Amino acid sequence: MIISENKPMSEILGFLKNAEKVVLVGCNQCAATCKSGGTEEVLKMKEALESEGKTVLGYTILDPACNLLKSKKDLKALKTEIADADAVLSLACGDGTQTIVKNLKKKAVYPANNTMFIGETKRVGEFEEACKACGQCELGWTGGICPVTVCAKGLINGACGGAKNGKCEISQENDCAWVMIYERLKEIDQLDNLLEMRPMKDYSKQNNPRYLNIKQKQQQKASAKA
Amino acid sequence: MSLLRETLESGKFAVTTEMAPPKGTDLSHLVECAKPLVGRVHAANVTDFQSAVMRTTSLATCKILKDVGLEPVLQMTGRDRNRIAIQGEMLSAGVFGIKNMLALTGDHTVVGDHPQAKGVFDLDCIGILQTAETLMDGKDLVGNELKGSPEFYLGASVTPEYAPIEIQLMKMQKKINAGAKFFQTQAVYDIEHMREFRKLTRHMNCKVLAGIVPLKSPGMAKFMTANVPGIFVPDNQIERLRAVGKENWVSEGIKMAGEFIRQLREEDLCDGVHIMAIGAEENVPAILDEAGL
Ligand code: SF4
Ligand code: SF4
Repeated sequence: MIISENKPMSEILGFLKNAEKVVLVGCNQCAATCKSGGTEEVLKMKEALESEGKTVLGYTILDPACNLLKSKKDLKALKTEIADADAVLSLACGDGTQTIVKNLKKKAVYPANNTMFIGETKRVGEFEEACKACGQCELGWTGGICPVTVCAKGLINGACGGAKNGKCEISQENDCAWVMIYERLKEIDQLDNLLEMRPMKDYSKQNNPRYLNIKQKQQQKASAKA
Repeated sequence: MSLLRETLESGKFAVTTEMAPPKGTDLSHLVECAKPLVGRVHAANVTDFQSAVMRTTSLATCKILKDVGLEPVLQMTGRDRNRIAIQGEMLSAGVFGIKNMLALTGDHTVVGDHPQAKGVFDLDCIGILQTAETLMDGKDLVGNELKGSPEFYLGASVTPEYAPIEIQLMKMQKKINAGAKFFQTQAVYDIEHMREFRKLTRHMNCKVLAGIVPLKSPGMAKFMTANVPGIFVPDNQIERLRAVGKENWVSEGIKMAGEFIRQLREEDLCDGVHIMAIGAEENVPAILDEAGL
């Protein structure tokens, strides 16, 4: 899931300083779970903006915002309001917001959220970063714990000497990823993995922007075989 | 061949010390500290932006020490350089005839004086060792031929008081497989821990230099035990220091370090020592005197 949180109201009002009439767009997936862009938050935002003297012409909760074709279709329901509005405020993640931008060519679209990381819900309202989308997943030999994300240095050959009492050198709040990986590998009887020399990580797989076209890839594979 | 390598490989007890480059361009104090050590230590290890604090580089300082007549050990961390910069730095060390290198992952940027900096960590210490081996073979990491290659005696670090110790032992073995010939340990104070560590590592194909950090005050000892990973000062040593009174702390710390080195030698618990005076490099000769070295 993409974890996001609302920006401070002052920043949002800064974006909207020249906008009187506004349309709000939320997202019913990640942003709803993060309590940063579901129905509840969009309604709260509506109230907050109205108390600042803005007019909210309408709102919609996309499901999800990040599907280009689907959000294009769903935004059509608000076509007139959007045409009338000075700005659209998106309560989706950065990705969802950009999808909305692509669908609203001539309209100013502003983000109401900060997009923070890819992670999981630990419990309601508590999230933890889990994956940096490094393009070459290492979980297969680490017992399913990500060294790229969970280790503060992103080490791939085992622990640095910095952990104390199982906590990372950068913060006593964080468990050392490599102590966790060690414990986990011990449990599943794969400790030998820690002795294996890992090849230097290929960071070219992380170069931006990345792109994936499954159909094209399959065709390339097929033509390579032929 | 480097003097450090010659010393360790011939089975002699090696002594290395640590020098921190200054924050600034004035290296005169460092050079003053280095001069009396020529002929007394086998090498001086120059820290690489230690604790992630910005300073003059290890490479430049190594060159200055070499000119004074002290054999340098270049430290190379993965925090600040990607694999292009690391290789370039290693070649530059080769240009200066620097023949020892210690590979470290490096402390995280957030613990240093520029916490806003982007940590690099393109290669970890294993990758740095592998890179050095590759360059020594006359090739770069992507297989290009080099016009002349460096020659290094490679080292790495280990923390004997890490828990669980298996993590460090496995990584130590990996570092050996990647090219490390000698290890410098985190500061140790408890002889029992060194006995245990020797037992656990005796079969490994490497030399071990025990890390010695002379205590300067009971407060420092307590602080390190509480905050520095892998450092543990036994209570009776803190007590001994406290008992001599404030004006004698430093001299007592020097004495304790000297005694500890003697004991390590007598019991053959390491192949040498690495003395880290941390800002009091001028005390190193006194420690060596106490240790009878
Ligand atoms: S190794 Fe970690 S960052 Fe890379 S893809 Fe796997 S989980 Fe994500
Ligand atoms: S203490 Fe553990 S998690 Fe933190 S940087 Fe070192 S190896 Fe990574």
